[in-house]
Amino acid sequence: MSKNPLIRVMRFLFFAVVVRAVILVALGLTVRHRERLPKDGPAVLAANHNSNLDALALMSLMPLKLLPKLRPVAAVDYFFTSKARGWFVTHIIGIIPVVRGSARKGVNPLVACEEALDRGEILVLFPEGSRGDPEKLGRLKTGIGHLACARPDVPIIPVYMHGLGKALPKGSSLLVPFNCTVNVGEPLHGTGSYNAFMKAFEARITALAAEDKHPDWD
Amino acid sequence: MTRLFGLPEHVVYATAGVWALLIAATLLVLVLRWRKPGHYDELVSRTASWWWMIGAFTFAIAVSETVAIVFLAFISYLALKEYLSLIPTRRIDRGLLLFAYLAIPIQYYWAAIDWYNMFLVFVPVWLFLFFPALMAFRGETRGFLSAVGTLSWGLMLTVFCLSHMAMLLVSGEVHNPVAGGVGLLFFLVVLTQFNDVAQYTWGKLLGRHKVTPQVSPKKTWEGLVGGVLTTVALAAVIGPYLTPMDVLWSALAGLVLGVAGFLGDITISGMKRDLGVKDTGGLIPGHGGILDRVDSLTYAAPAFFHFFRYFFTP
Repeated sequence: MSKNPLIRVMRFLFFAVVVRAVILVALGLTVRHRERLPKDGPAVLAANHNSNLDALALMSLMPLKLLPKLRPVAAVDYFFTSKARGWFVTHIIGIIPVVRGSARKGVNPLVACEEALDRGEILVLFPEGSRGDPEKLGRLKTGIGHLACARPDVPIIPVYMHGLGKALPKGSSLLVPFNCTVNVGEPLHGTGSYNAFMKAFEARITALAAEDKHPDWD
Repeated sequence: MTRLFGLPEHVVYATAGVWALLIAATLLVLVLRWRKPGHYDELVSRTASWWWMIGAFTFAIAVSETVAIVFLAFISYLALKEYLSLIPTRRIDRGLLLFAYLAIPIQYYWAAIDWYNMFLVFVPVWLFLFFPALMAFRGETRGFLSAVGTLSWGLMLTVFCLSHMAMLLVSGEVHNPVAGGVGLLFFLVVLTQFNDVAQYTWGKLLGRHKVTPQVSPKKTWEGLVGGVLTTVALAAVIGPYLTPMDVLWSALAGLVLGVAGFLGDITISGMKRDLGVKDTGGLIPGHGGILDRVDSLTYAAPAFFHFFRYFFTP
C-alpha cells in the first residue's frame, strides 16, 4: 500500500465519508455478535461473497484507526482491467492482489497474504472466490484453509452477510437500498489438519447463515 | 404566540419537560442497575436509545421547518427500506423498488409546499395505479399479486401514513395560534411515544388478560386500558398548552392517539408474526428496528391529523 501521505488521506476520507455514508446510512447494517470482531491484527475476516460492496461493508465494521491495517484480498484478473481501476483498488481500497490459478503452476499464490499477516495486518477474504449466485453460498475454494494452516496463530473470523447481493448484485451497477445483516462467528485457528479446518469453517458459516430467517428473493 | 430560539415558547418549555422526564427516567434506570447489576441491560440500552431519538427529534424541530421535514422523510426512508428488506421480493422488481424510494421525497415535497389535495392522492391514487402497471409492463406474472399487494401496503404505511406528521407540521401552522404546527407535531409524537411506554409499563405491572394472544401475546387489557387512560390524562394537561383544543377535546385526542397507537402496534406485530421475525431490524438498540419504534405512529399520525382537521379547521 502507498506510503504517500496524500493518498493515505484520500483513502481515509473515502472510507470515513463515502463508504460509511453508503454502507451505514443509505443501506444500513444489522451486526450480530460484534464483540467477536478482532480488536487488532493479525486476523482474517472470511465472509461469503455476494456483491462488490461486501469488502467495503466488512471494512466499515472495523474502527477507522485500524483502516491502515485493513487489506481485502482480490483477484488480479478481475480488478486490473484498466490503469485507473488498478490504481483505485491498489491505493484507495488497498487490496492484496492474488493471481488465480497460480498454484497449479507451482507458485504459492498466498505469499503476499502471509507476509501481510506477519506485518500484523487484517485480511478481508472471500473463500468462495467469486460472487456467484446472489444470496447463495457457493463452494469454498482451498485458499482459506492453506492460509489458516500456514499461520495457525492467526484467528480466522467467519462472517455471514445477507442483503448486499440484493442491493448491488453481480452484473448490475444500479444500487437499490436494502438492509444488510452481518453475523460474526467465533474465531477459528488452523491448528489441526487442512481438512479439519475446512470442515469446521464451512460448518460455522452454515450455522451463521441459519441464525436468521431471510426473505425469499427470486 | 411568543417565540423563543425560533420556536413557539410553549414548545420550548414542553421540550424541556420531555428532557426532564428523560433525565429522571435515566437516573431511575441507573439506580436500578446499580442495585442489581446485569439485570437491566435491555432497559439501559433502551434508555440510551431514547437519548439519541429525543436528541435527534429536538435538533430537527429546533433548526428549521425544512430540517424537520427532511428528518421525517428520512424516517420514512428507513421504515420503507426496513420493510422492503423484510418481505419476500422478486428479483425482477429490484429496479422498480428504486422508484418506490423516490416516492418519499415527492410525497414530503407536497407536504412542504402545503398542497393538501396532492398530498392526499399521490400515494393512494397515483402510485397505487402506477406500480402494478409498471410491474405488468415488465412482463413477469409469477408472484404478481403478492408483489403488488406488499408494495402498495408498504408504501401506504411507511410513506403515506408517516408523512402525515410533516403535513401536520406545515398545514397546522395557521390553525394553531397557541404553538403553531410544531406544537401539533410535538403533541402527536410525544403522546404516541409516551402511550407506547405507558402501555408497556402498565402491562408489566398489572398485565393478566391477553388482548391478542395470536398476534402479540405480551399485550394485555390492563396494559392497554392503563396506557390509554394515562395518555388521556397527559393529553388533557398538555393539549390546551400546545394546541387550540380545550381540556375535553385534548382528552378525546389522547383517546384517539392511544387507541390508534395500539392498533398500529399490533398491525406491525401481525406482519412480523407472518414473516417469522421478532424485531423488524437492529437499528435502535433495545427497541429493534425503526418499524418497531414508529409502528404506533403509522396509525396515530393519520388518525390524529384527520381528527384535528375535521374538528378544528374551518
